[in-house]
Amino acid sequence: MTSTSAVSTLDQVMERWEPVIGLEVHGQLLTRSKMFCGCSADYIGSPPNSNTCPVCLGLPGVLPVMNRVAVEYTVRSALALNCEIPEHSKFDRKNYFYPDLPKGYQISQWDMPLSLNGHLTFTVDGEEVRCGITRVHLEEDTGTLQHAGDILQQARSSVVDLNRAGVPLMEIVGEPDLRTPAQAREYLVRLRQILVYIGVNDGNLEQGSFRCDANISLRKHGDTGLGVKVEVKNMNSFRAVHRALEFEIVRQGRLLDQGQTIAQETRGWVEAKGATISQRSKEYAHDYRYFPEPDLPPLRLSAEFVDRVRAGLPELPQQLAERLQREHGLSAYDAANLTAEREDARAFEALVAAGVPAKAAANWLMGEVARLARETHTPLQGSGLGLEGLASLVKLVEAGSINGSTAKELLEELYLAGGDPAAVVRERGLGQVSDQAELERLVDAVIAENPAAVADFQGGKEQALQRLVGGVMKATSGRADARVVTGLLRERLAR
Amino acid sequence: MTLARDQVTHVAMLARLGLSDEEVERYRQQLDAILSHVDRLQQVDTSQVGETAQVGGLVNAWREDVRSECLPVEKALANAPKRRRDHFEVGAIQE
Amino acid sequence: MSPETVGGLGARLRRGETTPAELAAQARGALQSIEDLHPVLRYTDALTERQAGRAARMLAESPERAGPLCGIPFAYKDVLCVEGVETSAGSRILEGFIPPYTGTAIQRLLDAGAVPIAVTNCDEFAMGSSNENSAFGPVGNPWDPSRVPGGSSGGSAAVVSAGAVPFSLGTDTGGSIRQPASFCGVAGFKPTYGRVSRYGLIAFASSLDQIGPFTRSVEDAAHVFTAMAGHDPRDSTTSPLPVEPVATQVARGVAGMRLGVPREYMAEGLEPGVRAAVLAALAELEKLGATLVEVSLPSTEAALSTYYIIAPAECSANLARMDGVRFGLHVDRKSLTDTYLETRGQGFGPEVKRRIMLGTYALSSGYYDAYYRQAQKVRTLIAEEFDRAFESVDALVCPTSPIVAFPKGDKSDPLSMYLCDVLTIPVNLAGLPGISIPCGLSQGLPVGLQVIGPRLGDAQVLRVAHAYEAATAWHAQMPPSSPTATGTPS
Repeated sequence: MTSTSAVSTLDQVMERWEPVIGLEVHGQLLTRSKMFCGCSADYIGSPPNSNTCPVCLGLPGVLPVMNRVAVEYTVRSALALNCEIPEHSKFDRKNYFYPDLPKGYQISQWDMPLSLNGHLTFTVDGEEVRCGITRVHLEEDTGTLQHAGDILQQARSSVVDLNRAGVPLMEIVGEPDLRTPAQAREYLVRLRQILVYIGVNDGNLEQGSFRCDANISLRKHGDTGLGVKVEVKNMNSFRAVHRALEFEIVRQGRLLDQGQTIAQETRGWVEAKGATISQRSKEYAHDYRYFPEPDLPPLRLSAEFVDRVRAGLPELPQQLAERLQREHGLSAYDAANLTAEREDARAFEALVAAGVPAKAAANWLMGEVARLARETHTPLQGSGLGLEGLASLVKLVEAGSINGSTAKELLEELYLAGGDPAAVVRERGLGQVSDQAELERLVDAVIAENPAAVADFQGGKEQALQRLVGGVMKATSGRADARVVTGLLRERLAR
Repeated sequence: MTLARDQVTHVAMLARLGLSDEEVERYRQQLDAILSHVDRLQQVDTSQVGETAQVGGLVNAWREDVRSECLPVEKALANAPKRRRDHFEVGAIQE
Repeated sequence: MSPETVGGLGARLRRGETTPAELAAQARGALQSIEDLHPVLRYTDALTERQAGRAARMLAESPERAGPLCGIPFAYKDVLCVEGVETSAGSRILEGFIPPYTGTAIQRLLDAGAVPIAVTNCDEFAMGSSNENSAFGPVGNPWDPSRVPGGSSGGSAAVVSAGAVPFSLGTDTGGSIRQPASFCGVAGFKPTYGRVSRYGLIAFASSLDQIGPFTRSVEDAAHVFTAMAGHDPRDSTTSPLPVEPVATQVARGVAGMRLGVPREYMAEGLEPGVRAAVLAALAELEKLGATLVEVSLPSTEAALSTYYIIAPAECSANLARMDGVRFGLHVDRKSLTDTYLETRGQGFGPEVKRRIMLGTYALSSGYYDAYYRQAQKVRTLIAEEFDRAFESVDALVCPTSPIVAFPKGDKSDPLSMYLCDVLTIPVNLAGLPGISIPCGLSQGLPVGLQVIGPRLGDAQVLRVAHAYEAATAWHAQMPPSSPTATGTPS
C-alpha cells in the first residue's frame, strides 16, 4: 500500500465516518518517595529489585501510608486542567491478578476521585478545540515485567522487577471530545507541556513516565451516539499516537463500510508493522470488584488546602504566551515557540530584564541558541556562557559594537567554554567597523576593484551585490556592519 | 435464590482458586447455605444511612514525602520460590 | 496455686530471685509439657536468647526505667511478623515464610524487654472459632483436651489458660480473642480499633482486625495494652490521640457507673449454664455499686450477616497476594494462571477458600450493591446503636459466647460455626473495645463475661473488668491438673 493511497483512504473514511477519540494519560509524579512507602520514586537505572521494601513488595502484614505531596501534585494538576476538587475523596482497591501487581490489587480511586470535570483548550489548524477532562485521580504504579524473548504472547517465562511498584501515578481521563488524530496529538502535547510546567511530571514518553492509551470509535457524521469503542495501547511517542489512530480509523472504517461490526477489544500498536494488533486476552473479562481501601482513611480537602495549592500554581503555558505577546509585542508564533519549554520563556524574560530588546532576545533564543543547545546537549542555563553572557553578547550586537556574524561566531566559541563577550571583543579587536567614512572608503575600494560584479549588479543580478558586500567583509576581517555596507553599495551603484 | 454451579466456578476463577469438580459442588452447597442466611440483610431498611467503610473517623492520614531505606536485594528476594538472578520468575503469562 | 501474673514475676525479677533467662527456660519447659494440646507451632529460641539477654541488661542498668513487661516471657499468634522467625498464619501457603521485618506491636514489646518464647497455633489466616482450621492440626482446650479452645487465637488462649506463660498475643476480627478467652477461662482483651498498630499483622479483615493480649489478670492486660498501644506512622488507621495510662486507672472500681445489658444478647440461644453464670456476674457488679440498665441494640441479629459479607470481602483482597511469586508455597506449572490456581487451590484450606469465594462474590459485578454496600450501611446502623446506648451507660456487660467449649468436630457445618460469634462480632463492626473475663463454670467449663466500651473507652472496659475480677475468684481457677485427661472435667 503506497502512502498516497493510504492517505486518500484515510480521507475517504473520514468523509463517511466521524472518529470519536478519548485519551487516557498516566503520568508518574516527581515525588521523592513512592506513593505508599518511603522507597525512592526515582527508580530508573536501579538494579532489579533494589528499590523495594516490605510495603511495595506486598509482603504479608504490611500497610500503605499516603504521600501528601503526591496528593498535592495531583490537585495541582487538576487545577491546571480547570477541574473541580470535591471536598471528599478516597482510595479504592482495584482487584486483579498479575505478576507485576504484588498485592493482587492496585490502590487506586474509583467513585470518589480527587478531581472531576475539567477541560483543556487548544488550537489545531486554526480551529479551537475544547476537550473535556472527566477526572484526574491518583493511584500506584505496577512493577515491570520482562518476557523471555521479549514477546509476551510467546514467552514461556517472564521475570518481575518491583522497583517501579508503588511509584505515584496520576491518571487523567479525557472526554471523547477529540475528532482527529491531529487533535489527539495536540491534546497530548499540551497536556504534557502543562504537567512539565507545573513540575509534577518530566514528560518522558520513551522512559514511560508519561503514557497514553486511546479509545476510538467511529460514527456517522451527525450521529450523537457512540460506536463500538476500541482501546489502543503501547504508543510510545506522539508520532505513534498519530499513526496508530490513523490506522484505526482506516481499519474500523473499512470494516464498517463492509457492514461488519467492530469488536470491542484492546489492541496494541506495533511500531515495526505500522499496525495495531488485537490483544484480546482470554475469557475472563476483568471484574475489578472495587471497594473502599480500608487501610487508608479518606481525604477531606478543605477550600483552604485547595486555595493554597492554586496559589502555588506557576503561570501556565497558554497564559504565559498571551502575556509575552501583550507585554513584549511578540507574535503568536514566537510566543508559542518560546513558551514550549518553561526554561526558554524564563530565559527570554531574563534577557529582556537585562536590557535586551524583545525581538532580538526571541530571535537569538529560538535560532542560534536553540541550535547550539541541541547540538551540544547543553541548555543555555547550564552552558559556560549562560544567560548573562548571552545578554551581554546580544546587547553588543544591538549597540552596533559587533556585527551579526561576529556575534554568531563568538556565541559558538563561548557557548560551552564561557567567557565575557565584551572583554573578548576588546582583546581581539573584533569591534564592528561602523565608522561611516571608513566604510565609504572601503565600499569605494571594492567597487573599483570589482568591475565585473558591479556590472552584473547594475545589469539586474541581485546576487552580485553579495559578492561586493563579501569583499568589504573580507577587507575588514568580517567586522563591517553588513547592513550599512549593503546600504552604501546600493546608494553608490544606483547613481 | 440458589447459587448455580457456574457462579461458583466463575468466582473461583476470579479468585484464582483451583477447585476439583467435587469441591465445586461441595462449596456450592455450603456457600448457598451461607448466602441464604446472609440474604437477611436485604430486609434491613438502610434508606436513611450511609456506608461505614472506616470506623476510625480519621481523615487525611498522610506522611511527608521523605525517603527511607530500602531492603537489600537479597532480603527482598529471600523468600522467592522461583528466582532468576535478581528477579522473581513466573511461568508463561499467555497460554 | 494460680500461676504468676506479670506483676508477680516482675517483682521477683527485681528482687533478684530469678532472671529473664530462667523465666524463659521455665516457660519453654511448661509449653513443652502441654505439647499434646498442640498450642505451639514453633519456638523462637534464637530470639528468646537475645531478648532474655537484653532484658537482663535493662534490669541491671536501669530497673526503674524498665517497664512491667521487662523479662516477662510470652507467646504470640502465628499471624504476627517477626524478622527472621517463620510466620505461617496457620497455613500451608505461608509455610516457611520468614518475614524480613518485625511488626510494630511486637517490636514495642521487644523494646519493653518482653521475651518471646513461641509462636502459637491458630485457625488458618485467623478464620475460625475453634482452631480446627489450622493446617497444622487443631488445638485442645486445657480444661478438656477433647474440646476446642475457641478460635481463631486458640493456641494463644490455651498457653495462658494452662499457666505456661503469663501472657500471649492474639488477634480479634469477629471475636477471635474474646471467644477463646471465654472458652479457656482467661482474660482476653480486644482494644478499640486503631489503638494498636496492625503493621506486621497478616491481614484478615483490615477494618476489623486488632491485636490484643490474653492474660490471667485484667491488670496484666492493661500493662500489655499500654506497651503496644499508640499511634504508628506505619499504620494509617491508628488513632493519633495519646493513650491514657490505663494501668493506673484500672482499679477505680465501678461504684456509680451505669452498665448497660443489651436485651438482644440475653435472648434465647444462651446455654442455661452460661445464662446463669452471667446473671450471677451481673448481680455481683450491682453489689459493687454499679447500676444495671437494660438497653437495646436492635440490629444485633443483622450483625452476623453484615460481618460475613464485609470480612470475607476484605479478606478476598488481602489474601490475593498469596500467589506463589514472591514468597510462600509455589506449585510449579507451565502457565502462570495454572500456577496461581494450583498454588492457591492447594495452599489454602476449605474455610479460607469459602471466605475468599464469599467475599469475591459479594464484591463482584452485579452483587456489590446488594451485598457489600448494603452490609456497610447496616454497619452504620450497628455503630450508631452502640453510640446511642453509650449516651446513657458507661459500658455494656453481657455474655461473650452463647455456649461453652464444644467437642472437636462438633460443628462441621460452617454456618453453625459462624453462629459462635454472634455476641462478639458487633463489637468489631463498630470498632469498640471489648474484653472477656472468666465469670463461672458451666458443666465444668469456663464461661466468659464480656465488657464492651465506647470507642477509645479502653480504660473504662478494663476498669469494669478489674472490679469484677477483684471481687471474685474465677480468674484464679486453673484447668483440672492433668493436661492429658481425656474424661469429662470434674
